[in-house]
Amino acid sequence: MKDSDFIIISKLSKGFIKFFYISAAATIVKVAASFAVPQVIRFTVDHVIDDVPLNYAKPVMNIIDAVGGVEFLKENLWLLAFLVLVLALITGVSDYIGRITVAKGTEGIIKSIRDKLFEHIQKLPYSWHIKNQTGDIIQRSTSDVEVVRNFLSTQLVEMFRTIMLVVISLVLMFSMNFKLTLAVLIFIPIVVLYSTIFYGILAKKFLAADEAEGQLFTTIQENLTGVRVVRAFGREKYEIEKFSQRNITFSDLWVKLGYQLGYYWGLGDLVTGLLLMAIVVYGSYFTVNGVITLGEFLAFASYTGMIAWPLRSFGRILSEFSKTKVSLKRICEIIREPEEFESPDACTPDIYKDIEFKNVTFKYEGDIPVLNNVSFKIKAGTTFAILGGTGSGKTTLMHLLNRLYDLPGDTGSITIGGVDIKNIKREHLRKNIGMVLQEPFLFSRTIKDNIKIAWPEASIDEIKGAASIARVDESIEEFSKGYDTIVGERGVTLSGGQKQRVAIARMLLQNTPVMVFDDSLSAVDADTDAKIRSSLKRRKGYSTTILISHRITTLMESDTILVLDKGKVSDIGTHEELINRDGIYKDIFNVQMNLSEDL
Amino acid sequence: MNYYEEESYSSFNIKPWLKLSRFFKPYRRKIIGLVLFMFLTASMDLSIPLFQKYAVDNFIVRDTLEGINGFIALYIGALVTMALSVTIFARLAIEVEMHIGKDLRKEIFEHLQNLSLSYYNTTPVGYILARTLSDTNRIGAMIAWGLVDVFWSLAYVIGAFIAMFMLNSRLALVVGMVIPIMALITVYFQNKILSASRKLRKVNSKMTGSFNEGITGAKTSKTLVIEDKNLFEFKDLSSEMKFTAVRLARLNALYIPIIIFFGSVLTALVLARGGRLAMEQIIQIGTLSAFLSYAVNIFEPIQQLARTLAEVISLQANIERVTDLLDQEPLIKDSEDVVKIYGDNINPKKENWEEIKGEIEFKNVTFKYPDGDEEVLKNFNLHIPAGTNIAIVGETGAGKSTLVNLACRFFEPTGGQILIDGKDYRERSQLWLHSNIGYVLQSPHLFSGTIKENIRYGKLDATDEDIIKAAKIVSVDIIINKLENGYNSNVGEGGDRLSTGEKQLISIARAILADPKIFVLDEATSSVDTNTERLIQKGIEYLLKGRTSFIIAHRLSTVKKADIILVVNDGKIIERGTHKGLIAKRGHYYNLYTKQFEEEKTLELFGEIPSANKD
Repeated sequence: MKDSDFIIISKLSKGFIKFFYISAAATIVKVAASFAVPQVIRFTVDHVIDDVPLNYAKPVMNIIDAVGGVEFLKENLWLLAFLVLVLALITGVSDYIGRITVAKGTEGIIKSIRDKLFEHIQKLPYSWHIKNQTGDIIQRSTSDVEVVRNFLSTQLVEMFRTIMLVVISLVLMFSMNFKLTLAVLIFIPIVVLYSTIFYGILAKKFLAADEAEGQLFTTIQENLTGVRVVRAFGREKYEIEKFSQRNITFSDLWVKLGYQLGYYWGLGDLVTGLLLMAIVVYGSYFTVNGVITLGEFLAFASYTGMIAWPLRSFGRILSEFSKTKVSLKRICEIIREPEEFESPDACTPDIYKDIEFKNVTFKYEGDIPVLNNVSFKIKAGTTFAILGGTGSGKTTLMHLLNRLYDLPGDTGSITIGGVDIKNIKREHLRKNIGMVLQEPFLFSRTIKDNIKIAWPEASIDEIKGAASIARVDESIEEFSKGYDTIVGERGVTLSGGQKQRVAIARMLLQNTPVMVFDDSLSAVDADTDAKIRSSLKRRKGYSTTILISHRITTLMESDTILVLDKGKVSDIGTHEELINRDGIYKDIFNVQMNLSEDL
Repeated sequence: MNYYEEESYSSFNIKPWLKLSRFFKPYRRKIIGLVLFMFLTASMDLSIPLFQKYAVDNFIVRDTLEGINGFIALYIGALVTMALSVTIFARLAIEVEMHIGKDLRKEIFEHLQNLSLSYYNTTPVGYILARTLSDTNRIGAMIAWGLVDVFWSLAYVIGAFIAMFMLNSRLALVVGMVIPIMALITVYFQNKILSASRKLRKVNSKMTGSFNEGITGAKTSKTLVIEDKNLFEFKDLSSEMKFTAVRLARLNALYIPIIIFFGSVLTALVLARGGRLAMEQIIQIGTLSAFLSYAVNIFEPIQQLARTLAEVISLQANIERVTDLLDQEPLIKDSEDVVKIYGDNINPKKENWEEIKGEIEFKNVTFKYPDGDEEVLKNFNLHIPAGTNIAIVGETGAGKSTLVNLACRFFEPTGGQILIDGKDYRERSQLWLHSNIGYVLQSPHLFSGTIKENIRYGKLDATDEDIIKAAKIVSVDIIINKLENGYNSNVGEGGDRLSTGEKQLISIARAILADPKIFVLDEATSSVDTNTERLIQKGIEYLLKGRTSFIIAHRLSTVKKADIILVVNDGKIIERGTHKGLIAKRGHYYNLYTKQFEEEKTLELFGEIPSANKD
């Protein structure tokens, strides 16, 4: 059974929950201390400054007597002021502890969510990456995590504090006067309900305004990325009109939203103001009738003032809570996806062995098989070439060999030295098969770091050696920062050919027993191609080399050549054998070798 | 000079603010109204504690409820006034915010439409987007709400002091002592908090980049087995993020209790001093309770004031970013004389536009890219009679688009002249030329909206029939009709609901509709399915017929048919001639051609239509 969102989050929060308990404790202390201040003020005004007779429980009376009684306090009013300061200090310290522990707990949980997401995304099968859009995954990994972070660090504390405030103030108020408390009590559901309803309405408007902002963003972005089209068709005026219209829509929606907010604030002020007024009016009435004392009246007024504002924020917290639930769900959807499956008894055999594809049939999502009953054998240490058109299935062969995809149960087998690759540890397999992809990906860091990425211990000489075999050393030296040039988004853009050659150098440094060049010399010219191959030849006998190309000169010197056509083996043999029998290979050879006739 | 010193030494600079002031002017009445209602709100805020004081002094102490009805009426009146004034100032504030933002965005966007292409070549889209959206939003918001916060706090603090002084000046002085300390603490922390949050944003954007790389580079990471290494590096980043976030939280956690503490010092002082005064009957108990209420409530506005001021100062960075963009001068500008006759980009005077024939002549053209240091063209001469097809070939990154950029006047020659129909093109308006050019890009660019809207982009006043006619010429009509909403189907953001081939076909239909005299084609390199490829070829052939055209070519069939072939290497034109002549020369063209030929022929033998090589 798959874990629920709750279980996933509990696992990730492990070890950080204690921070929230500490914070809760600190919050209770803080709220209690902040409540004590009005009590002290009330006591002072009533009994010390005014002359209301003392009427407390025994323990309190004892304390008052212990410090010297009311008369003593009258003479030393500073003592009570000092008490206010001490309470403020306690409030301050517990506030600090409450905040810092929540921050530590939140950031800890968020870090473990982020780490988990990153790790998991790395380990999800390649097919998952193909299916899902980068933008969506990034949004879940960043914006959604941010929503959760915001909730944990702010809303959760706020919610707890509000509840504590309301509960404590109600208890205190009840202890002073029941009827007056009822007046406050009537207002609480009104305030909460009103703010919840308003936030419900506002949330919808926010959504509409966000969408309008998205549209405005798209309009500007498309105008910028398509600047050539705009200019070439002379559509500046049209673009400005289109933009202006969206600009106005966006602004108007926000203005309307602002109006709503204005009503909300105005009405909110009115409701809380009325609450306070009710307390003042009824309080006066009660005091005049001797039901409560002046001090109690002042305390009542100040408690009501204290809870009025937090109560109003309750509506916002509730709407944030539902937003957080949605974000958590989106995060957990990623985490719940199963990682690449690895059988527990997977082994780590020598990969420098014969590779055999036996009756391999494979299809991706659709119904049409990309590979249809393909069988061939690659002898260890030889050079094996695959010739095929786009969509012939040659890249799929390599996806399967590297276990980027696994063959389903009964659709043939791939073995290395007789061991089915499904029983070989994926990591071991990939570490031993170097692969240069058709469209190589370089990481946005220095060229040096890119080349040595899979083997960080490599010395600069080894890096330069690999670059020289890949014939990219000269291009690198031409950059002003040489091997320290940063590539990709934040740095220089390399040409397709340069990228391929850096990727080749990167693979060479891995020094693997199997090397795969998946159409990876397509962007380099024939000359460089030949030079790279002749450098590689020196490694013959150490590595099994697999070359994929549609350039005959790239392939012709290989020990075995496989001709793959629309997912089927069309022919296999040496160059000599293939040119001496009819078939695609011979035709291609003739065409490529006798170009001049066609010119 | 003193003037310069001021600029470099003071962190606050009034100049960018002045530059922006014209955006505030149209709303000055609203801004003044906003400030007035702010004061009204603040004074209502201040008057509420007075009601309590009144109740204590006149009802409780006197032990009577006489006049309580009038009191209630007045109280409610004050509350309603307050609610109304809050509602009104909120309306004014949001209007000021959004309108200033809107005007700024409009100005920037219009300005962007006039900036030269070289600006776009050197400025990342994200950079411009941030200025057009985030900065303008922040400026609008800060002007409106910053004003609200500053004036509200200021009004509250001043009002509270006036009230306190009126109640009792000695006690008011006691309260006044604490204020400067609180303001100083706030400014100190606010600066630290601002810089810490800036750092946090920086780390955050690095982390987004890291996620992006982890996702787009997943295949490579798997084949290299560096998942663990990536994770290890990511954990460094997420730890840094955690550390920075906790540091920021710690600053806040320190700041707030310190402020609370100083607020309590106020309360304690008022209690000790005021209590004494009350006992000595110098002040009334109600006065003391009102005082206590001011003392408790005054520190929120003081914090607010200091915080807002710090934010307003940091707004300067946003303002500078916006004014920098607005100060960018377009490199290519029509001269005043030209504008007088032909109009500008926004208000063209089409009645004065001459019919174009499409004859182009490069006369002693010398050219250097604004950000380059080498002259890529030197005394280049080329006469292109109307209707000639020019193919430009060369490897990726060889500089094939230079000639196109010049012919389209996306860039102007640094020396020499380009004549169109025998007249220097600088003597006519850019829009005149651009309205006569059709353009099909390598990676077709569509705009969000329907297919119909996208095709109509070529000719804004085209009828639906015209659009369908153009679509029929490239046979994309059949594909479109198969879609659920036909021509009204939404193409998605950047056209991403369509396949690459479909996008190409639509962009060709768009160019056909424009019926340009000059046509530029940047041939696609990505392979599409056989059938679509055939349709694309057909559409392009239609476009080439009888038009002066520049083709940045990748397919041999297109190149072979061209009237003139230009071979580009390292930014320079190294060979020119016809296909036959260039082959015979056995030079650069020959090498390029044979490599291309090999690949196309091979693919053909595998039963595929030749498509261009992939990079």
